[in-house]
Amino acid sequence: MAGKPTEPVDITGAMVTQAPALADWLVVAPIIICLLGGAFLLAQRKNTAIQGRTAVAILALLVVAAVGLLVHVLNNGPIVMTMGRWLPPFGISFAVDVLGALLVLVGALVAFFCCLYALTEIDTEHRRYGFFPFLVLLMAGVSGAFLTGDIFNLYVWFEVLLIASFGLLILGNEKAQLDGAVKYAFLNLIATTLFLIATGYLYGLVGTLNMADIAVRVAELPDGAPINTIAALYLLAFAMKAAAFPVFSWLPASYHTPRIVVSAVFAGLLTKVGVYALLRTLVMLMPASLAVFADILAWIAGATMLIGVLGALAQSDIRRTMGYLVVSGIGSMLAGVALMSDLGLMGSIMYAVHSMIVMTALYMTCGLMIHRTGSHDLRGLGGLYGKDPFLSAIFLILAFAISGLPPFSGFWPKLTLVQASLSGGDGWLAAAILVTGFLTTIAVGRIWVMSFWRGGPSGTPDGESITQEAMPLSDPADRRDMLFPIIGLTALVIALGFLPRPYLNVAAGGAGGLLYSESYIGSVLGTEAADAAIGQELATETEAPEDNSAEGSQSGDGS
Amino acid sequence: MRTVIFRTTAPYLTSLMVLFSIFVLLRGHNEPGGGFIGGLIAASAFAIYGVACGVPPVRRALVFHPMSIAGTGLFIGALAGVISLFAGVPFFTGLWIYPSIFGVEIALSTPLVFDIGVYLVVLGTIASIALGLEEREKL
Repeated sequence: MAGKPTEPVDITGAMVTQAPALADWLVVAPIIICLLGGAFLLAQRKNTAIQGRTAVAILALLVVAAVGLLVHVLNNGPIVMTMGRWLPPFGISFAVDVLGALLVLVGALVAFFCCLYALTEIDTEHRRYGFFPFLVLLMAGVSGAFLTGDIFNLYVWFEVLLIASFGLLILGNEKAQLDGAVKYAFLNLIATTLFLIATGYLYGLVGTLNMADIAVRVAELPDGAPINTIAALYLLAFAMKAAAFPVFSWLPASYHTPRIVVSAVFAGLLTKVGVYALLRTLVMLMPASLAVFADILAWIAGATMLIGVLGALAQSDIRRTMGYLVVSGIGSMLAGVALMSDLGLMGSIMYAVHSMIVMTALYMTCGLMIHRTGSHDLRGLGGLYGKDPFLSAIFLILAFAISGLPPFSGFWPKLTLVQASLSGGDGWLAAAILVTGFLTTIAVGRIWVMSFWRGGPSGTPDGESITQEAMPLSDPADRRDMLFPIIGLTALVIALGFLPRPYLNVAAGGAGGLLYSESYIGSVLGTEAADAAIGQELATETEAPEDNSAEGSQSGDGS
Repeated sequence: MRTVIFRTTAPYLTSLMVLFSIFVLLRGHNEPGGGFIGGLIAASAFAIYGVACGVPPVRRALVFHPMSIAGTGLFIGALAGVISLFAGVPFFTGLWIYPSIFGVEIALSTPLVFDIGVYLVVLGTIASIALGLEEREKL
């Protein structure tokens, strides 16, 4: 049995001996908040009256923690905390740089507004199925994936968010939902399995799972090491997760089946975690292999963009159109990754932030359109402009944003990506981005003309307007309550469009952190660790950047 | 399955198994056992009770809904990591205290708290599935 240790053991070679600064807890705060909150909500599953407000409070707390985290990371560089005091790379680290902190914040905002929307959208019956616990636990998985510094742990967080998303997807147990969920689950599980296999090979090759350590060791692999094979597996796995051509079919097959707010959450969060994982593994850990695949990735990006938007044009169900627009956006993000330049990655990160906000807002707007007209098919929609001018204005703003038209949030990422493609010599990629933008304008413009400008549903004579009252909102206050989160997200879209400077700077910081990861690696591995026990060769690898960049957690004189 | 012999012995079997599951949970730190296997044993105890006497008595015996038990377990498990905050060590660091109760030194630790959380999560989840399947059979 575990007895009291009789003599003191020297642990300086194996464990962190310094107390972590209180601010370092910010790196695990989002996970702790979501896990504790989700567990509490799960225990209160049948108590539907308090669930909604509690979930809003938990997610508000998450937003506050995420703001604190981003501010701290911007001012002081990456934060690292290794669980159980073990020194990296042996312990499981949480490590966050600008990119991770930015995505945690945007994810938290999206989840917060979705939760507000869900207060009206999710009725008591669906609350009993556990919408709010699943939403908060999904955020635990999403935040964990953005914050972890260990590649196996990344897999674990993927599983956490996947399980929670299964629960959300089949909320209500309808037949179409189960059909969509089977496709979603099957393809996602294949992707996760590929991810796990790739991680196994990688561990066999470099003998470590800590991402900072992997980045160091991959760089010093001998020629002929099968690292490109592993990179190809990661590329396929995360392309499936992100819904890139040709492995995107799970997304349009499932995103239109659940409650609209669930689609909004998924559109905002899930595919972007795949893009983030792609950025983290390929750009930071295996840049040499990414250079090998850059051309293929550029073609994949172009095809994803164009096929996504053509799919959107072909659909008449507005929820399906939105699903294809999510896919199309993934193509733009991948274009930046394929370019592998500062500017390209910056464009990717900006596009990810923009897409998370706009796609969520668009799904929510569709939800309200469906509530106001009782139809989710373009043939049955119409007359909304007369009925709800304010909603029309919001839809128009979001439509401009998703098409990449100024002055809203979509303009800057597209501009950056086009500029990056042109300076990278990929003129056709720039053309693909612009053509996609044009086709997206047509796709959303079609929804605008048919649902808002037209007098009534299909068959209404010209010049007349028909007011349908199918499936009206039970309470006029519901419209207000559902509009509020949409207004919140739309305000973000406008703010990012008119005040792009901070947004550009943070994205540039995120891109820089990926391409020049010395400060990330230095803050994880630390000089003291290297001196004491981890092996001298690592010390020489990381010492140089360590001096000026690692302000935080590990650099001290413990040994 | 509902023979007289089975129905008579099932409650005794169940209570013995729950007792044994707690024993397995507590010995788990240094010897085979722990929260996961303990939770499985406890869940199978309730499953046996359910097979013998039907689901409603099991739900009454459990008092709380199985999912609430799982949620509480997850809460306790996460809390075990947060205790480190107050001790000034990183997340999920194992902390030990050795209080003497009636002259016997007892080793208490945050891994034990975490294990209790795991025990409740496994018990709640598996019991929830088992009882759900058991109920569906009669529909």
